[in-house]
Amino acid sequence: MTFLRESSIVFRRQLRMNLRNPAWVLIGLMQPVLYLFLFGPLLKPIAAQFDYPNAYTFFVPGLLVQLGIFGAFFAGFSLIGEWRDGVIEAERVTPASRTALLMGRLWRDVLQLFVQALILVGLGYLMGMEAPFWGAVLGIALTLLLGGACAASSNALALTTKSEDTMAPIINMVMMPVLLLSGILLPMTLGPQWLQKVANVMPTKHVVDAVRNSFLGDFTVSALGWGIAWTFILLAVSLWWGTATFRRENA
Amino acid sequence: MITARGLTQTFTSKAGREKTEVTAVDGIDLDVAEGEVVAFLGPNGAGKTTTLRILTTLLKPTAGTATVAGYDVATQAQDVRRSIGYVSQSGSTGSVTRAGEEVVDHGMLYGMSAADARTRGQHLFEQLDLEGLWTRQPRAMSGGQRRRLDIVMGLIHEPSLVFLDEPTTGLDPQARANLWTHIADLRARRGATVFLTTHYLDEADALSDRIVIIDHGRIAASDTADNLKAAVAGDLVELEVAGVEQVSRAAEKLAALVAELDGVAVDGHRVSGRVRQAGRAVPGLLRDLDRTGVELSSIEVRRPTLDDVFLDLTGRSLRES
Repeated sequence: MTFLRESSIVFRRQLRMNLRNPAWVLIGLMQPVLYLFLFGPLLKPIAAQFDYPNAYTFFVPGLLVQLGIFGAFFAGFSLIGEWRDGVIEAERVTPASRTALLMGRLWRDVLQLFVQALILVGLGYLMGMEAPFWGAVLGIALTLLLGGACAASSNALALTTKSEDTMAPIINMVMMPVLLLSGILLPMTLGPQWLQKVANVMPTKHVVDAVRNSFLGDFTVSALGWGIAWTFILLAVSLWWGTATFRRENA
Repeated sequence: MITARGLTQTFTSKAGREKTEVTAVDGIDLDVAEGEVVAFLGPNGAGKTTTLRILTTLLKPTAGTATVAGYDVATQAQDVRRSIGYVSQSGSTGSVTRAGEEVVDHGMLYGMSAADARTRGQHLFEQLDLEGLWTRQPRAMSGGQRRRLDIVMGLIHEPSLVFLDEPTTGLDPQARANLWTHIADLRARRGATVFLTTHYLDEADALSDRIVIIDHGRIAASDTADNLKAAVAGDLVELEVAGVEQVSRAAEKLAALVAELDGVAVDGHRVSGRVRQAGRAVPGLLRDLDRTGVELSSIEVRRPTLDDVFLDLTGRSLRES
Protein backbone atom coordinates (compact mmCIF):
# COMPACT_ATOMS: atom_id res chain seq x y z
CA MET A 1 0.00 0.00 0.00
CA THR A 2 2.68 2.46 1.05
CA PHE A 3 4.61 1.44 -2.02
CA LEU A 4 1.68 2.21 -4.32
CA ARG A 5 1.07 5.51 -2.58
CA GLU A 6 4.70 6.56 -2.86
CA SER A 7 4.91 5.50 -6.50
CA SER A 8 1.81 7.48 -7.34
CA ILE A 9 3.15 10.62 -5.61
CA VAL A 10 6.27 10.40 -7.78
CA PHE A 11 4.18 9.55 -10.85
CA ARG A 12 1.82 12.47 -10.34
CA ARG A 13 4.72 14.87 -9.97
CA GLN A 14 6.37 13.59 -13.16
CA LEU A 15 3.16 13.72 -15.14
CA ARG A 16 2.43 17.24 -13.97
CA MET A 17 5.87 18.37 -15.10
CA ASN A 18 5.51 16.74 -18.52
CA LEU A 19 1.99 17.92 -19.21
CA ARG A 20 3.11 21.49 -18.57
CA ASN A 21 5.57 21.10 -21.40
CA PRO A 22 3.56 21.37 -24.62
CA ALA A 23 6.50 20.22 -26.74
CA TRP A 24 6.57 16.94 -24.87
CA VAL A 25 2.87 16.31 -25.47
CA LEU A 26 2.99 17.34 -29.10
CA ILE A 27 6.08 15.37 -30.06
CA GLY A 28 4.74 12.35 -28.23
CA LEU A 29 1.50 12.45 -30.21
CA MET A 30 3.05 13.34 -33.56
CA GLN A 31 5.65 10.60 -33.56
CA PRO A 32 3.38 7.65 -34.37
CA VAL A 33 1.35 9.73 -36.81
CA LEU A 34 4.37 10.85 -38.81
CA TYR A 35 5.82 7.37 -38.99
CA LEU A 36 2.56 5.94 -40.22
CA PHE A 37 1.86 8.60 -42.83
CA LEU A 38 5.35 9.28 -44.09
CA PHE A 39 6.93 5.85 -43.87
CA GLY A 40 3.91 3.55 -44.33
CA PRO A 41 3.37 4.36 -48.02
CA LEU A 42 7.00 3.48 -48.80
CA LEU A 43 6.52 0.07 -47.34
CA LYS A 44 3.35 -0.79 -49.19
CA PRO A 45 4.93 -2.01 -52.45
CA ILE A 46 7.64 -3.90 -50.53
CA ALA A 47 5.13 -5.75 -48.36
CA ALA A 48 3.86 -7.64 -51.39
CA GLN A 49 7.36 -9.04 -51.99
CA PHE A 50 7.53 -10.90 -48.70
CA ASP A 51 3.98 -12.25 -49.00
CA TYR A 52 2.44 -10.19 -46.30
CA PRO A 53 -1.20 -9.74 -47.23
CA ASN A 54 -1.36 -6.32 -45.70
CA ALA A 55 1.47 -3.84 -45.35
CA TYR A 56 -0.01 -2.22 -42.24
CA THR A 57 -0.45 -5.51 -40.41
CA PHE A 58 3.28 -5.95 -40.85
CA PHE A 59 4.32 -2.39 -40.29
CA VAL A 60 2.20 -1.29 -37.29
CA PRO A 61 3.53 -3.92 -34.82
CA GLY A 62 7.11 -3.12 -35.82
CA LEU A 63 6.52 0.59 -35.32
CA LEU A 64 4.86 -0.14 -32.02
CA VAL A 65 7.94 -1.90 -30.67
CA GLN A 66 10.17 0.81 -32.05
CA LEU A 67 8.17 3.47 -30.24
CA GLY A 68 8.40 1.39 -27.10
CA ILE A 69 12.14 0.93 -27.23
CA PHE A 70 13.25 4.30 -28.51
CA GLY A 71 10.89 6.56 -26.62
CA ALA A 72 11.76 4.79 -23.41
CA PHE A 73 15.51 4.85 -24.04
CA PHE A 74 15.41 8.63 -23.88
CA ALA A 75 13.42 8.68 -20.65
CA GLY A 76 16.60 8.84 -18.58
CA PHE A 77 17.69 12.20 -19.93
CA SER A 78 15.15 14.06 -17.84
CA LEU A 79 16.43 12.20 -14.79
CA ILE A 80 19.90 13.72 -15.22
CA GLY A 81 18.36 17.19 -15.05
CA GLU A 82 16.48 16.20 -11.92
CA TRP A 83 19.64 14.82 -10.38
CA ARG A 84 21.43 18.10 -11.10
CA ASP A 85 18.62 20.05 -9.45
CA GLY A 86 19.12 17.95 -6.31
CA VAL A 87 15.68 16.38 -6.58
CA ILE A 88 16.91 12.79 -6.50
CA GLU A 89 18.93 13.40 -3.36
CA ALA A 90 16.00 15.19 -1.72
CA GLU A 91 13.78 12.21 -2.49
CA ARG A 92 16.38 9.80 -1.21
CA VAL A 93 16.47 11.38 2.26
CA THR A 94 12.74 10.72 2.63
CA PRO A 95 11.69 7.33 3.99
CA ALA A 96 10.06 6.51 0.62
CA SER A 97 10.94 3.19 -1.01
CA ARG A 98 13.73 3.48 -3.55
CA THR A 99 11.84 1.20 -5.91
CA ALA A 100 8.85 3.56 -5.67
CA LEU A 101 11.05 6.48 -6.72
CA LEU A 102 11.91 4.55 -9.89
CA MET A 103 8.47 3.04 -10.38
CA GLY A 104 6.64 6.37 -10.33
CA ARG A 105 8.86 7.53 -13.18
CA LEU A 106 8.36 4.32 -15.13
CA TRP A 107 4.58 4.67 -14.87
CA ARG A 108 4.85 8.03 -16.59
CA ASP A 109 6.95 6.54 -19.42
CA VAL A 110 4.62 3.59 -19.83
CA LEU A 111 1.56 5.87 -19.82
CA GLN A 112 3.11 7.99 -22.54
CA LEU A 113 3.83 4.85 -24.52
CA PHE A 114 0.29 3.58 -23.97
CA VAL A 115 -1.26 6.75 -25.40
CA GLN A 116 1.09 6.61 -28.38
CA ALA A 117 0.26 2.94 -28.91
CA LEU A 118 -3.47 3.63 -28.91
CA ILE A 119 -3.03 6.35 -31.52
CA LEU A 120 -0.77 4.20 -33.65
CA VAL A 121 -2.95 1.08 -33.55
CA GLY A 122 -6.14 3.12 -33.95
CA LEU A 123 -4.78 4.86 -37.03
CA GLY A 124 -3.51 1.50 -38.26
CA TYR A 125 -7.00 0.06 -38.15
CA LEU A 126 -8.32 3.13 -39.96
CA MET A 127 -5.75 2.70 -42.71
CA GLY A 128 -6.68 -0.90 -43.31
CA MET A 129 -4.65 -2.95 -40.86
CA GLU A 130 -6.27 -6.35 -40.26
CA ALA A 131 -5.65 -7.66 -36.77
CA PRO A 132 -7.85 -9.47 -34.24
CA PHE A 133 -8.75 -7.30 -31.24
CA TRP A 134 -7.11 -9.54 -28.63
CA GLY A 135 -4.04 -9.85 -30.80
CA ALA A 136 -3.65 -6.08 -30.75
CA VAL A 137 -4.25 -6.01 -26.98
CA LEU A 138 -1.57 -8.63 -26.34
CA GLY A 139 0.82 -6.88 -28.72
CA ILE A 140 0.37 -3.57 -26.93
CA ALA A 141 0.76 -5.25 -23.53
CA LEU A 142 4.09 -6.82 -24.56
CA THR A 143 5.26 -3.48 -25.93
CA LEU A 144 4.40 -1.68 -22.70
CA LEU A 145 6.37 -4.22 -20.66
CA LEU A 146 9.34 -3.91 -23.01
CA GLY A 147 9.05 -0.11 -22.89
CA GLY A 148 9.03 -0.26 -19.09
CA ALA A 149 12.20 -2.35 -19.21
CA CYS A 150 13.93 0.11 -21.54
CA ALA A 151 12.84 3.09 -19.45
CA ALA A 152 14.19 1.43 -16.30
CA SER A 153 17.53 0.77 -18.00
CA SER A 154 17.62 4.31 -19.30
CA ASN A 155 17.01 5.68 -15.81
CA ALA A 156 19.69 3.40 -14.40
CA LEU A 157 22.13 4.52 -17.09
CA ALA A 158 21.27 8.16 -16.40
CA LEU A 159 22.02 7.85 -12.68
CA THR A 160 25.21 5.95 -13.44
CA THR A 161 26.64 8.36 -16.01
CA LYS A 162 25.06 11.56 -14.62
CA SER A 163 25.95 13.33 -17.84
CA GLU A 164 24.03 13.77 -21.06
CA ASP A 165 27.30 13.83 -22.95
CA THR A 166 28.29 10.38 -21.75
CA MET A 167 24.82 8.93 -21.98
CA ALA A 168 23.96 9.99 -25.55
CA PRO A 169 26.73 8.03 -27.30
CA ILE A 170 26.02 4.95 -25.19
CA ILE A 171 22.36 5.04 -26.16
CA ASN A 172 23.29 5.49 -29.79
CA MET A 173 25.64 2.55 -29.57
CA VAL A 174 22.91 0.34 -28.15
CA MET A 175 20.19 1.55 -30.48
CA MET A 176 21.99 0.96 -33.76
CA PRO A 177 22.17 -2.85 -33.51
CA VAL A 178 18.71 -2.99 -31.94
CA LEU A 179 17.25 -1.08 -34.86
CA LEU A 180 19.14 -3.01 -37.51
CA LEU A 181 18.84 -6.51 -36.12
CA SER A 182 15.33 -6.63 -34.69
CA GLY A 183 13.47 -6.60 -37.99
CA ILE A 184 11.54 -3.56 -36.91
CA LEU A 185 11.30 -1.88 -40.26
CA LEU A 186 11.91 -4.84 -42.59
CA PRO A 187 11.60 -8.53 -41.74
CA MET A 188 14.91 -10.28 -41.06
CA THR A 189 13.79 -13.13 -43.32
CA LEU A 190 14.59 -10.87 -46.29
CA GLY A 191 18.25 -11.08 -45.37
CA PRO A 192 20.86 -13.83 -45.93
CA GLN A 193 21.24 -16.77 -43.53
CA TRP A 194 24.20 -15.33 -41.60
CA LEU A 195 22.36 -12.10 -40.88
CA GLN A 196 19.35 -14.01 -39.59
CA LYS A 197 21.62 -16.01 -37.29
CA VAL A 198 23.14 -12.84 -35.91
CA ALA A 199 19.70 -11.34 -35.44
CA ASN A 200 18.58 -14.39 -33.44
CA VAL A 201 20.93 -13.31 -30.68
CA MET A 202 19.06 -10.02 -30.32
CA PRO A 203 16.36 -10.36 -27.64
CA THR A 204 14.30 -7.54 -29.12
CA LYS A 205 14.10 -9.41 -32.43
CA HIS A 206 12.09 -12.10 -30.65
CA VAL A 207 9.87 -9.51 -29.03
CA VAL A 208 9.19 -7.91 -32.41
CA ASP A 209 8.34 -11.37 -33.82
CA ALA A 210 5.97 -12.10 -30.96
CA VAL A 211 4.18 -8.76 -31.26
CA ARG A 212 3.87 -9.25 -35.02
CA ASN A 213 2.53 -12.81 -34.64
CA SER A 214 0.12 -11.60 -32.03
CA PHE A 215 -1.26 -8.99 -34.45
CA LEU A 216 -1.62 -11.79 -37.02
CA GLY A 217 -3.72 -13.74 -34.52
CA ASP A 218 -1.15 -16.53 -34.12
CA PHE A 219 -1.23 -17.30 -30.40
CA THR A 220 0.79 -20.54 -30.47
CA VAL A 221 3.71 -21.07 -28.11
CA SER A 222 6.17 -21.26 -30.98
CA ALA A 223 4.95 -17.88 -32.24
CA LEU A 224 4.98 -16.04 -28.91
CA GLY A 225 7.06 -18.06 -26.43
CA TRP A 226 10.51 -16.56 -26.99
CA GLY A 227 9.21 -13.04 -27.27
CA ILE A 228 7.21 -13.22 -24.04
CA ALA A 229 10.06 -14.92 -22.21
CA TRP A 230 12.56 -12.27 -23.34
CA THR A 231 10.19 -9.45 -22.42
CA PHE A 232 9.95 -10.66 -18.85
CA ILE A 233 13.67 -11.37 -18.59
CA LEU A 234 14.51 -7.87 -19.84
CA LEU A 235 11.95 -6.37 -17.48
CA ALA A 236 13.25 -8.24 -14.44
CA VAL A 237 16.88 -7.37 -15.14
CA SER A 238 16.13 -3.69 -15.83
CA LEU A 239 14.00 -3.26 -12.73
CA TRP A 240 16.72 -4.81 -10.64
CA TRP A 241 19.35 -2.55 -12.20
CA GLY A 242 17.17 0.55 -11.91
CA THR A 243 16.34 -0.05 -8.26
CA ALA A 244 19.98 -0.78 -7.50
CA THR A 245 21.08 2.61 -8.87
CA PHE A 246 18.42 4.45 -6.86
CA ARG A 247 19.49 2.58 -3.76
CA ARG A 248 23.21 2.97 -4.31
CA GLU A 249 25.00 5.62 -2.38
CA ASN A 250 26.25 8.57 -4.40
CA ALA A 251 23.39 8.39 -6.84
CA MET B 1 21.06 13.57 19.00
CA ILE B 2 24.13 12.47 17.06
CA THR B 3 26.73 10.01 18.23
CA ALA B 4 29.39 8.82 15.81
CA ARG B 5 32.36 6.60 16.51
CA GLY B 6 35.23 5.95 14.17
CA LEU B 7 33.37 6.96 11.01
CA THR B 8 35.51 6.24 7.99
CA GLN B 9 34.78 6.55 4.32
CA THR B 10 37.15 5.54 1.57
CA PHE B 11 36.49 5.90 -2.13
CA THR B 12 38.36 4.24 -4.92
CA SER B 13 38.99 6.64 -7.71
CA LYS B 14 40.24 5.55 -11.06
CA ALA B 15 42.62 7.68 -13.04
CA GLY B 16 43.42 5.77 -16.19
CA ARG B 17 44.48 2.32 -15.06
CA GLU B 18 45.62 3.31 -11.66
CA LYS B 19 43.24 2.84 -8.82
CA THR B 20 43.84 4.98 -5.81
CA GLU B 21 42.12 4.81 -2.47
CA VAL B 22 41.02 8.16 -1.18
CA THR B 23 40.10 8.47 2.46
CA ALA B 24 37.54 11.25 2.64
CA VAL B 25 36.61 10.72 6.27
CA ASP B 26 39.19 9.20 8.57
CA GLY B 27 37.90 7.90 11.88
CA ILE B 28 35.61 10.67 13.05
CA ASP B 29 34.08 10.75 16.54
CA LEU B 30 31.24 13.18 16.99
CA ASP B 31 28.68 13.98 19.68
CA VAL B 32 25.89 16.49 19.33
CA ALA B 33 23.45 17.06 22.17
CA GLU B 34 19.78 17.82 21.78
CA GLY B 35 19.09 21.49 21.09
CA GLU B 36 22.68 22.24 20.17
CA VAL B 37 23.68 24.22 17.09
CA VAL B 38 26.94 22.83 15.79
CA ALA B 39 28.95 24.15 12.85
CA PHE B 40 31.14 21.73 10.97
CA LEU B 41 33.92 23.91 9.64
CA GLY B 42 36.61 23.01 7.17
CA PRO B 43 38.02 23.83 3.74
CA ASN B 44 36.53 22.34 0.58
CA GLY B 45 37.37 18.66 0.33
CA ALA B 46 37.94 18.26 4.07
CA GLY B 47 35.22 15.62 4.34
CA LYS B 48 32.33 17.76 5.58
CA THR B 49 29.79 16.75 2.98
CA THR B 50 30.84 13.11 3.10
CA THR B 51 30.30 13.03 6.86
CA LEU B 52 26.94 14.69 6.41
CA ARG B 53 25.91 12.17 3.77
CA ILE B 54 26.79 9.33 6.13
CA LEU B 55 24.77 10.87 8.95
CA THR B 56 21.77 11.40 6.64
CA THR B 57 21.88 7.75 5.42
CA LEU B 58 22.80 8.71 1.85
CA LEU B 59 26.13 6.97 2.15
CA LYS B 60 27.08 3.82 4.02
CA PRO B 61 30.29 4.29 6.01
CA THR B 62 33.21 2.03 5.16
CA ALA B 63 33.79 1.62 8.88
CA GLY B 64 32.48 2.98 12.15
CA THR B 65 29.03 3.49 13.58
CA ALA B 66 26.67 6.40 13.94
CA THR B 67 23.43 6.90 15.82
CA VAL B 68 21.25 9.76 14.67
CA ALA B 69 18.08 10.78 16.54
CA GLY B 70 18.30 7.50 18.42
CA TYR B 71 18.57 5.22 15.39
CA ASP B 72 21.49 3.47 13.76
CA VAL B 73 22.23 4.95 10.32
CA ALA B 74 23.19 1.58 8.85
CA THR B 75 20.45 -0.68 10.15
CA GLN B 76 17.57 1.73 10.88
CA ALA B 77 17.92 4.09 7.92
CA GLN B 78 14.14 4.45 7.49
CA ASP B 79 13.68 5.67 11.07
CA VAL B 80 16.61 8.06 10.75
CA ARG B 81 15.12 9.51 7.55
CA ARG B 82 11.78 10.06 9.22
CA SER B 83 13.38 12.01 12.08
CA ILE B 84 15.76 14.32 10.24
CA GLY B 85 15.55 17.17 7.78
CA TYR B 86 18.29 17.61 5.22
CA VAL B 87 18.97 20.76 3.22
CA SER B 88 21.56 19.74 0.66
CA GLN B 89 24.05 21.89 -1.15
CA SER B 90 22.60 21.16 -4.57
CA GLY B 91 19.00 22.25 -3.96
CA SER B 92 15.94 20.06 -3.78
CA THR B 93 13.29 21.28 -6.22
CA GLY B 94 12.87 20.76 -9.94
CA SER B 95 13.33 23.89 -12.00
CA VAL B 96 10.10 23.60 -14.03
CA THR B 97 7.83 22.68 -11.14
CA ARG B 98 5.92 25.01 -8.85
CA ALA B 99 7.25 25.69 -5.38
CA GLY B 100 4.11 24.76 -3.44
CA GLU B 101 3.55 21.52 -5.32
CA GLU B 102 7.11 20.43 -4.66
CA VAL B 103 6.66 21.10 -0.96
CA VAL B 104 3.37 19.19 -0.78
CA ASP B 105 4.76 16.21 -2.72
CA HIS B 106 7.81 16.16 -0.49
CA GLY B 107 5.66 16.15 2.63
CA MET B 108 3.57 13.33 1.19
CA LEU B 109 6.69 11.22 0.64
CA TYR B 110 7.14 11.52 4.40
CA GLY B 111 3.68 10.04 4.81
CA MET B 112 1.79 13.30 5.43
CA SER B 113 -1.66 13.79 3.93
CA ALA B 114 -1.93 16.30 1.08
CA ALA B 115 -4.00 18.64 3.26
CA ASP B 116 -1.54 18.52 6.17
CA ALA B 117 1.43 19.08 3.90
CA ARG B 118 -0.29 22.08 2.32
CA THR B 119 -1.22 23.70 5.65
CA ARG B 120 2.22 23.15 7.06
CA GLY B 121 3.93 24.23 3.84
CA GLN B 122 1.99 27.49 3.67
CA HIS B 123 2.78 28.17 7.30
CA LEU B 124 6.48 27.66 6.60
CA PHE B 125 6.29 29.91 3.53
CA GLU B 126 5.07 32.68 5.82
CA GLN B 127 7.76 32.09 8.41
CA LEU B 128 10.54 32.06 5.82
CA ASP B 129 9.31 35.19 3.99
CA LEU B 130 8.13 33.33 0.93
CA GLU B 131 4.53 34.61 0.96
CA GLY B 132 3.01 34.82 -2.47
CA LEU B 133 5.57 32.47 -4.04
CA TRP B 134 3.52 29.28 -3.64
CA THR B 135 2.89 28.94 -7.38
CA ARG B 136 6.21 30.41 -8.51
CA GLN B 137 8.62 28.19 -10.43
CA PRO B 138 11.87 27.70 -8.49
CA ARG B 139 13.93 28.78 -11.52
CA ALA B 140 12.17 32.16 -11.40
CA MET B 141 13.21 32.69 -7.77
CA SER B 142 16.27 34.52 -6.49
CA GLY B 143 19.13 32.51 -5.00
CA GLY B 144 18.10 33.45 -1.47
CA GLN B 145 14.47 32.54 -2.07
CA ARG B 146 15.49 29.18 -3.49
CA ARG B 147 17.62 28.40 -0.46
CA ARG B 148 14.71 29.29 1.82
CA LEU B 149 12.49 27.04 -0.28
CA ASP B 150 15.04 24.26 0.26
CA ILE B 151 14.77 24.87 3.98
CA VAL B 152 10.98 24.64 3.78
CA MET B 153 11.41 21.29 2.00
CA GLY B 154 13.70 20.10 4.78
CA LEU B 155 11.31 21.20 7.52
CA ILE B 156 8.01 20.04 6.04
CA HIS B 157 7.77 16.96 8.27
CA GLU B 158 8.79 18.83 11.43
CA PRO B 159 12.09 17.09 12.07
CA SER B 160 13.75 17.57 15.46
CA LEU B 161 17.20 17.49 13.86
CA VAL B 162 18.10 19.55 10.80
CA PHE B 163 21.21 19.15 8.65
CA LEU B 164 22.25 22.10 6.50
CA ASP B 165 25.01 21.58 3.95
CA GLU B 166 26.76 24.87 3.11
CA PRO B 167 23.52 26.80 3.42
CA THR B 168 24.77 30.18 2.21
CA THR B 169 27.31 29.25 -0.45
CA GLY B 170 26.80 31.39 -3.53
CA LEU B 171 24.49 33.92 -1.91
CA ASP B 172 25.05 37.65 -1.91
CA PRO B 173 25.83 39.28 1.48
CA GLN B 174 22.29 40.52 2.07
CA ALA B 175 20.70 37.17 1.31
CA ARG B 176 23.27 35.53 3.58
CA ALA B 177 22.50 37.80 6.50
CA ASN B 178 18.80 37.18 5.94
CA LEU B 179 19.26 33.42 5.84
CA TRP B 180 21.28 33.52 9.04
CA THR B 181 18.32 34.92 10.94
CA HIS B 182 16.19 32.08 9.62
CA ILE B 183 18.75 29.47 10.60
CA ALA B 184 19.01 30.99 14.07
CA ASP B 185 15.22 30.74 14.23
CA LEU B 186 15.33 26.99 13.74
CA ARG B 187 16.28 26.50 17.34
CA ALA B 188 14.76 29.65 18.79
CA ARG B 189 11.33 28.92 17.37
CA ARG B 190 11.11 25.16 17.13
CA GLY B 191 13.82 23.92 19.41
CA ALA B 192 15.47 21.96 16.65
CA THR B 193 18.99 20.62 16.88
CA VAL B 194 20.98 22.04 13.99
CA PHE B 195 24.08 20.62 12.36
CA LEU B 196 25.49 22.77 9.59
CA THR B 197 28.59 22.59 7.47
CA THR B 198 30.33 25.68 6.22
CA HIS B 199 33.65 26.91 4.99
CA TYR B 200 32.86 30.44 6.08
CA LEU B 201 34.41 31.39 9.41
CA ASP B 202 32.01 34.22 10.10
CA GLU B 203 29.08 31.88 9.51
CA ALA B 204 30.34 29.34 12.03
CA ASP B 205 31.09 32.17 14.44
CA ALA B 206 27.68 33.80 14.10
CA LEU B 207 25.40 30.78 14.15
CA SER B 208 26.77 28.03 16.30
CA ASP B 209 27.19 27.14 19.96
CA ARG B 210 30.07 24.92 19.12
CA ILE B 211 32.45 24.55 16.21
CA VAL B 212 33.89 21.27 15.05
CA ILE B 213 36.88 21.81 12.81
CA ILE B 214 37.61 19.13 10.25
CA ASP B 215 40.68 18.90 8.08
CA HIS B 216 41.82 16.04 5.86
CA GLY B 217 38.97 13.88 7.12
CA ARG B 218 39.91 14.22 10.78
CA ILE B 219 38.49 16.30 13.58
CA ALA B 220 41.10 18.92 14.46
CA ALA B 221 39.21 20.60 17.28
CA SER B 222 35.79 20.89 18.85
CA ASP B 223 34.87 23.74 21.17
CA THR B 224 33.04 27.05 21.43
CA ALA B 225 34.31 29.84 19.20
CA ASP B 226 35.53 31.81 22.24
CA ASN B 227 37.46 28.92 23.70
CA LEU B 228 39.01 28.10 20.35
CA LYS B 229 40.13 31.70 19.94
CA ALA B 230 41.42 31.88 23.51
CA ALA B 231 43.62 28.88 22.84
CA VAL B 232 45.47 30.85 20.19
CA ALA B 233 48.38 32.62 21.85
CA GLY B 234 47.50 36.24 22.01
CA ASP B 235 46.48 39.07 19.73
CA LEU B 236 48.24 39.84 16.51
CA VAL B 237 50.21 43.09 16.59
CA GLU B 238 51.30 44.35 13.23
CA LEU B 239 53.62 47.31 12.87
CA GLU B 240 54.44 49.10 9.66
CA VAL B 241 57.72 50.91 9.92
CA ALA B 242 58.46 54.08 7.94
CA GLY B 243 62.10 53.33 7.10
CA VAL B 244 63.65 49.98 6.20
CA GLU B 245 66.69 50.66 8.36
CA GLN B 246 64.42 50.75 11.44
CA VAL B 247 62.85 47.34 10.84
CA SER B 248 65.38 45.35 12.86
CA ARG B 249 65.08 47.68 15.84
CA ALA B 250 61.29 47.45 15.75
CA ALA B 251 61.49 43.66 15.53
CA GLU B 252 63.75 43.57 18.55
CA LYS B 253 61.35 45.63 20.63
CA LEU B 254 58.36 43.59 19.60
CA ALA B 255 60.20 40.33 20.28
CA ALA B 256 60.55 41.35 23.92
CA LEU B 257 56.79 41.16 24.25
CA VAL B 258 56.20 38.04 22.22
CA ALA B 259 56.24 34.96 24.35
CA GLU B 260 56.02 32.28 21.72
CA LEU B 261 58.94 30.66 20.05
CA ASP B 262 57.67 31.36 16.57
CA GLY B 263 58.30 34.96 17.52
CA VAL B 264 58.32 37.88 15.17
CA ALA B 265 57.72 37.82 11.46
CA VAL B 266 59.30 40.44 9.21
CA ASP B 267 57.96 41.16 5.75
CA GLY B 268 59.35 44.26 4.06
CA HIS B 269 58.30 47.22 6.18
CA ARG B 270 56.00 45.05 8.24
CA VAL B 271 56.80 43.50 11.59
CA SER B 272 54.26 41.29 13.32
CA GLY B 273 53.94 38.97 16.28
CA ARG B 274 51.41 37.61 18.77
CA VAL B 275 51.24 39.40 22.07
CA ARG B 276 49.24 38.33 25.11
CA GLN B 277 46.82 41.02 26.25
CA ALA B 278 47.99 43.41 23.60
CA GLY B 279 45.71 46.16 24.90
CA ARG B 280 47.95 46.52 27.94
CA ALA B 281 51.30 45.96 26.27
CA VAL B 282 50.99 48.17 23.22
CA PRO B 283 51.15 51.65 24.88
CA GLY B 284 54.47 50.70 26.45
CA LEU B 285 55.70 49.36 23.16
CA LEU B 286 54.83 52.60 21.40
CA ARG B 287 56.70 54.69 23.95
CA ASP B 288 59.65 52.37 23.65
CA LEU B 289 59.72 52.61 19.88
CA ASP B 290 59.39 56.37 20.00
CA ARG B 291 62.32 56.60 22.35
CA THR B 292 64.59 54.58 20.09
CA GLY B 293 63.61 56.68 17.11
CA VAL B 294 61.51 54.16 15.23
CA GLU B 295 58.84 55.89 13.19
CA LEU B 296 55.66 53.96 12.53
CA SER B 297 53.40 54.54 9.54
CA SER B 298 50.70 52.29 10.98
CA ILE B 299 49.92 49.90 13.80
CA GLU B 300 47.20 47.29 13.88
CA VAL B 301 46.06 45.04 16.70
CA ARG B 302 43.79 42.13 15.82
CA ARG B 303 41.92 39.79 18.14
CA PRO B 304 42.38 36.17 17.12
CA THR B 305 39.91 35.04 14.47
CA LEU B 306 38.73 31.56 13.67
CA ASP B 307 41.13 31.72 10.77
CA ASP B 308 43.99 32.06 13.28
CA VAL B 309 42.55 29.06 15.09
CA PHE B 310 42.50 27.12 11.87
CA LEU B 311 46.04 28.20 11.01
CA ASP B 312 47.18 27.23 14.47
CA LEU B 313 45.61 23.78 14.24
CA THR B 314 46.45 22.84 10.69
CA GLY B 315 49.34 25.08 9.72
CA ARG B 316 47.30 26.45 6.84
CA SER B 317 44.96 29.35 6.49
CA LEU B 318 41.38 28.44 5.71
CA ARG B 319 41.34 31.14 3.07
CA GLU B 320 44.28 29.65 1.23
CA SER B 321 42.98 26.11 1.13
